[in-house]
Amino acid sequence: MIVNQFLVLGALLFSIGVYGVLVRRNAVLVLLSIELMLAAVNINLVAFGAFVDDAAAAGQVFALFVITVAAAEVGIGLAIVVLIFRNRSSANVDELDLMKW
Amino acid sequence: MVELVLFVIFAICALFGAVTMVWARNPVYSALGLMLTMFSLAVFYVSNAGHFVAVVQVIVYAGAVMTLFLFVIMLIGVDKAEDRSETLPLQRPAALVLLALFAAGVLVAGARAWTTGYTAPGEAVNGTIEAIGSRLFDTWLLPFEVTALLLIIAAAGTIALAFFRGDGEEG
Repeated sequence: MIVNQFLVLGALLFSIGVYGVLVRRNAVLVLLSIELMLAAVNINLVAFGAFVDDAAAAGQVFALFVITVAAAEVGIGLAIVVLIFRNRSSANVDELDLMKW
Repeated sequence: MVELVLFVIFAICALFGAVTMVWARNPVYSALGLMLTMFSLAVFYVSNAGHFVAVVQVIVYAGAVMTLFLFVIMLIGVDKAEDRSETLPLQRPAALVLLALFAAGVLVAGARAWTTGYTAPGEAVNGTIEAIGSRLFDTWLLPFEVTALLLIIAAAGTIALAFFRGDGEEG
């Protein structure tokens, strides 16, 4: 069994996610790109879980944990985005310079 | 062979969804593109014997998370034109060159079997709900409980943020 295909795909998806985080200026799109990066990591976890001798099912259990953390992160992140939009009428990350000195 | 054909089909779907997500002007198309990617990833989980992870992926990611994203996109408006100009002039060509180098590196490395490890001795990993659940409540009990704590904190934080007003008053 070969895992290289999944690793290459995961690397490509992660790179697209990084590109989205760096390029998009809408805060919701930045969060979407972060979701893509987390999912790309999950491919690696599950593929290696099937590749190596994984008696404790560590790959799949860790993929579950990553999904859980992603869900929690999305809840908090989107609440923050909605709150910022309510206060400043904009979700553009370039205009959020409140903490810039 | 069937596995390889399925992989190619759904890898193209996943990459198409990801590129759509990054490039679409309309945020709704971005969310739908990511949904396509998530469904394709569920297929890869199944092909790696991760049946339960695939189900969770579809229900949590493609279902709950993307619905939440679509709600927020609708709430804060979809028709905002986004400025895509770069402040640093050389940034884009430099990024393209670096991307080409990185892609070449990944493909060259992927063409050789460089992954090593203690490969599974015949018996495949069992990804059913029963197997994952017994592992989760046995070997991974403490991380699982910490996950519950994390989810409670996230839910409480979201509610606290929703109640927050601009003048610092609760309610």
